[in-house]
Amino acid sequence: MLSNSILSPLRNELALVWLLRILALMAGALVLLIFAFLLNESLPILGLVGLSAFFSDPSWHPMEGFFNLTSMLLGTLYATAGSVLLAAPLGILSAIFCRFYAPTHVARIFRNLMESLSGVPSVVFGFWGLTVLVPLVNQIHPPGPSLFAGISILTMMILPTMAMAADASFASVPQNYLRGAQALGLSKSATLLGVVLPAAKAGLLSGLILQSGRAIGETMALLMVCGNVVQTPKNIFDPIRTLTTNIALEMAYAMGSHRSALFVSGLILMLFIVVLLIAAEGINRVPKR
Amino acid sequence: MIKFLYVLLVWMPFSQLANAADVPQKLVITGSSTVAPLISEIAKAFEASNQGVRIDVQSGGSSRGISDARQSMSDIGMISRDLKPEENDLKGFAIAKDGICVILHKNNPITKLEDSQIVDIYTGKIKNWQELGGKDAPITVVNKAEGRSTLELFVNYFKLKNSDIKPHVIIGDNEQGVKTVAGNANAIGYVSIGTAEYDSAQGVAIKLLPIGGTSASIENVKNGKFPLSRNLLLVTTTEPNGLKKKFIEFARSKEVIGIVKQQYLVPITK
Repeated sequence: MLSNSILSPLRNELALVWLLRILALMAGALVLLIFAFLLNESLPILGLVGLSAFFSDPSWHPMEGFFNLTSMLLGTLYATAGSVLLAAPLGILSAIFCRFYAPTHVARIFRNLMESLSGVPSVVFGFWGLTVLVPLVNQIHPPGPSLFAGISILTMMILPTMAMAADASFASVPQNYLRGAQALGLSKSATLLGVVLPAAKAGLLSGLILQSGRAIGETMALLMVCGNVVQTPKNIFDPIRTLTTNIALEMAYAMGSHRSALFVSGLILMLFIVVLLIAAEGINRVPKR
Repeated sequence: MIKFLYVLLVWMPFSQLANAADVPQKLVITGSSTVAPLISEIAKAFEASNQGVRIDVQSGGSSRGISDARQSMSDIGMISRDLKPEENDLKGFAIAKDGICVILHKNNPITKLEDSQIVDIYTGKIKNWQELGGKDAPITVVNKAEGRSTLELFVNYFKLKNSDIKPHVIIGDNEQGVKTVAGNANAIGYVSIGTAEYDSAQGVAIKLLPIGGTSASIENVKNGKFPLSRNLLLVTTTEPNGLKKKFIEFARSKEVIGIVKQQYLVPITK
């Protein structure tokens, strides 16, 4: 039956293909539509002050006509980089433990915990951060809401994504690789470093990209713990504002060029993610030795 | 073509006549972004109880509220201040009051601050509570996000520019401000009086500071004693009639008190 339809596509098979094509087109067009919308909403301000104003103005005070977004772009970059640097090793190592060292029932509990952690809504993280973490940080180094608090919250949020992606990619390493390594008499650690990690590289990388994407896009939790002051942080205890929180904070009351400038934040954010994806694609394409 | 003209000339006047009673009646209301959310909610309630009425609310600042009303671009304007003497061609109708107060953590020993001290704290000239007779701890300045009307009222009253303020934390809505100050013993912030009074009554660890010797309370906003407050007005060019009159009366009636309070504003009706 299956081979039949491959050889001679039936009429309803064709209908299915077209339906799928249309659905895929719609899904793809959605991104383009969003992009076009952002561009359209940004155009008034871009025509008025030009793109360079968003990087060369003295500050971000849209009501006074200053639109510098650089420190918020850096804020997004620092918070994302910091949390990915923490969550990636933590996630990968805990997945290695779970897959290769932990007894079965511990591994199962661990997986369940990671799954429930990934299901916690970001606003819950943010609320906990605002009422527990921020006052704690305040006692170490005032004022409390800071890049540090943001990175901590983000790390917690993206850790399960990384751990689950790593666990899944370790699980998909072919069994005969492992048996081969065993037959060669390799130790467990040598097997991990020499066989498992290289074989799981692609999966780990896509986990990395997924978690970076989540970190870049996170808004609510960061809004509550980062302090939202527009400045380039001098140290990790300085408050920051990210591009996403900027939109969330000011959208409700923004009008005219202020509103338009917020769409530019969105546009820059989107370009930022596109650059990240292209970079990831590039890394993935590097030929294997 | 001839048939078209026939329809246009002969039937149109009739159809308009016929529709006059049940054609959707429309009001356009524009102006202050402080008043717009309140009026949107009131308009929903008004539409619900008046079939066929559509109310279009657009924000764009008090000055737009004035100019749109003058140029008949809108039926009713919204402004978040009193009418100026040169605007006596317009009729104003107060619908609510908006007041903000400065809040500290409950355990902060400071009980009052002069206006000039608040300015110095917000501009970064005073950085430690010790300078004001408090404990030796750095002050955490909590400011509002750009575009919020609370910020506008605050900077206008203290004659500041937002770019002069040196904040440590910037918050969005009032509740976030209250939680930030309640979680930081050395913070100072300002929020809508409605929110602050409600939360401190619920036992949240904040303290409302008096401004200019007047204690911060909804009562003092209502009777006009509290200086850091303003009136929210609807304005029209002529003495309102028909639907306009009905809407303005509704917006000032007892029926909307709940909606006004929901927006953390102070109702004026007794």
